[in-house]
Amino acid sequence: MADWRGDRQARDARLDAGRAHLAGRGKVVAAQAAVDLLEAVLRPGDRVCLEGDNQKQADCLARALSACDPGRVHDLHMVQSGIVLPEHLDVFETGIARRLDYSYSGPQGARIARMLYGGQIQLGAVHTYLELFARYFMDLTPNVALIAGVCADRDGNLYTGPNTEDTPTVVEATHFKNGVVIAQVNEIVDRVPRVDIPGDRIDFVVAADKPFYVEPLFTRDPGAMTETQILIAMMAIKGIYAEYGIRRLNHGIGFGTAAIELLLPTYGERLGLKGKIATHWALNPHPTLIPAIESGWVEQIHCFGSEVGMDRYIRARPDIFFTGSDGSLRSNRAFCQTAGLYACDMFIGATLQIDLMGHSSTVTQSRVAGFGGAPNMGSDPHGRRHPSDPWMKAGREGQVVGDPALMRGRKLVVQLVETFGDKLVPTFVERLDALELARKIGLELAPVMIYADDVTHIVTEEGIANLLLCRDADEREQAIRGVAGYTEVGRGRDRAKVEALRARGVIRRPEDLGIEPLDADRSLLAARSIKDLVHWSGGLYEPPARFRNW
Amino acid sequence: MESLTFRHTTKKPLPGAKPQAITGVVASGNLEVLLERVLPPDACEVAIETPITGYGPVWEAVVADFVARAEPGGIRISINDGGARPDTVSLRLLQGARLMEG
Repeated sequence: MADWRGDRQARDARLDAGRAHLAGRGKVVAAQAAVDLLEAVLRPGDRVCLEGDNQKQADCLARALSACDPGRVHDLHMVQSGIVLPEHLDVFETGIARRLDYSYSGPQGARIARMLYGGQIQLGAVHTYLELFARYFMDLTPNVALIAGVCADRDGNLYTGPNTEDTPTVVEATHFKNGVVIAQVNEIVDRVPRVDIPGDRIDFVVAADKPFYVEPLFTRDPGAMTETQILIAMMAIKGIYAEYGIRRLNHGIGFGTAAIELLLPTYGERLGLKGKIATHWALNPHPTLIPAIESGWVEQIHCFGSEVGMDRYIRARPDIFFTGSDGSLRSNRAFCQTAGLYACDMFIGATLQIDLMGHSSTVTQSRVAGFGGAPNMGSDPHGRRHPSDPWMKAGREGQVVGDPALMRGRKLVVQLVETFGDKLVPTFVERLDALELARKIGLELAPVMIYADDVTHIVTEEGIANLLLCRDADEREQAIRGVAGYTEVGRGRDRAKVEALRARGVIRRPEDLGIEPLDADRSLLAARSIKDLVHWSGGLYEPPARFRNW
Repeated sequence: MESLTFRHTTKKPLPGAKPQAITGVVASGNLEVLLERVLPPDACEVAIETPITGYGPVWEAVVADFVARAEPGGIRISINDGGARPDTVSLRLLQGARLMEG
């Protein structure tokens, strides 16, 4: 006779084993007992989600996991969006973990590349966020989730704080499919400010020895912005935002898009674009957006996570941000990614390498940074069925054959890059390093961030290439070479073909857009320093110490 | 240190009457550009002092593109480079030409 309750009974046995380590009343476990708790609950070969988000890190539980006895806890299959802390990789060196499926590994990008080459990690795949979340509900459902929140009561009711991020998704997949959920919190309280996760979904609450780590990933110091970045930002605003009337959008995290944010109240205002562009955002609370918000440009912002130092400002602007009954930000990575995918008309962001067809990747031979959400937002969703002016205009530009009555729109996917990156490394290449990496470690699928057929525009300091208007592969290659500046790829252009593309408006130079080079000056930035941002916020923005240089 | 000089013939003189202009600073990743209206109206000369050697062909391409875009006839340009990227050089030259026209 079939046993329909085997997994449920196994979960109950794990819970019983874990309860031996409770610290008295309720679900609370002391930080010192965290290793014992994990050794009691985990089984060899378990699928484990150790919450490593874009920003919020379950670091106390990460330290505990890496301190487990590899004789008892081993061969785990880690399924987590971010590989951010050293402990996330330490567990692969000791044999505690063996397999990995993830999305993003920014700060650990170099080490993860070395460990992949060395065979210490068996890699499943590098996912986009939504894709990994989707697999939590299909074939990568965690047996145990180790998550992080600001505080909880003794029954496990959890307040995640403004960085809700992945937590609701991870708990949903784990708890409702016979998994065990362990939350670390900064503080045990009698009553939480708001219930982000109901207590019956949390099995154990670990009172962390120190507050969880949050990475200030979205703070760009206006003091470091260059005139080249300002010039690129001006071209994007005039040649794309204004041209298509982009109101619903997502920005990447680079300096180029931060420069756009700081030019809205100055250059954008001068062009008469207020209210016509950049009103609805899927975006983390970027400090560089404060001047635009304060100048009345922005109607609303939904966030993936929060940003260090922005809490008081957000609390004071509930008409702009999504906030709870307690007043603090409610973010949600899965929902915001979905908004970015289906409800934005444009994604604009940077990348490390672009090839001759427009494929892009942030993987280089020495760094595997992963994708995060860029491929979700930086792709044209074929499931979209609502029209908008920018979407229809892009659709018309891209359609060459077929019945116009059956035309569908196109999302704008814009790559905003300087032709050279750090240390004069060219952004434009004949062949992506990602292909070499895939060959070396035997990946079936090369880690391409955005495929060429999703990219609609490339903006560099040399100009804008509108790939929607290219009619064959040769035109596309010359359009890309034509904005690739003085890189090898750029200098390898066919000058006559590039001029012909320019005559058709496929390539547009700053002078074609009526942009005055003398305007590409730092005085055009609405804020020229972090301190200026604090002033714009009326003192509500509290930048982290490393950005306080006054 | 490397010294490079490029001479071009232009179809027309740079508009304006301003005798000289200076823009930029000699700082890491930046450059200082001095423009002087001292040459015949169809001539342009660009003299570069750069601490980074081996980029002659890139300088040549940047200067040739600038001359084609701005037609800076009559202008002698002296560049004191601090290791600027080609895009910064290109932008600074265009800014210098605009200052001379103003």
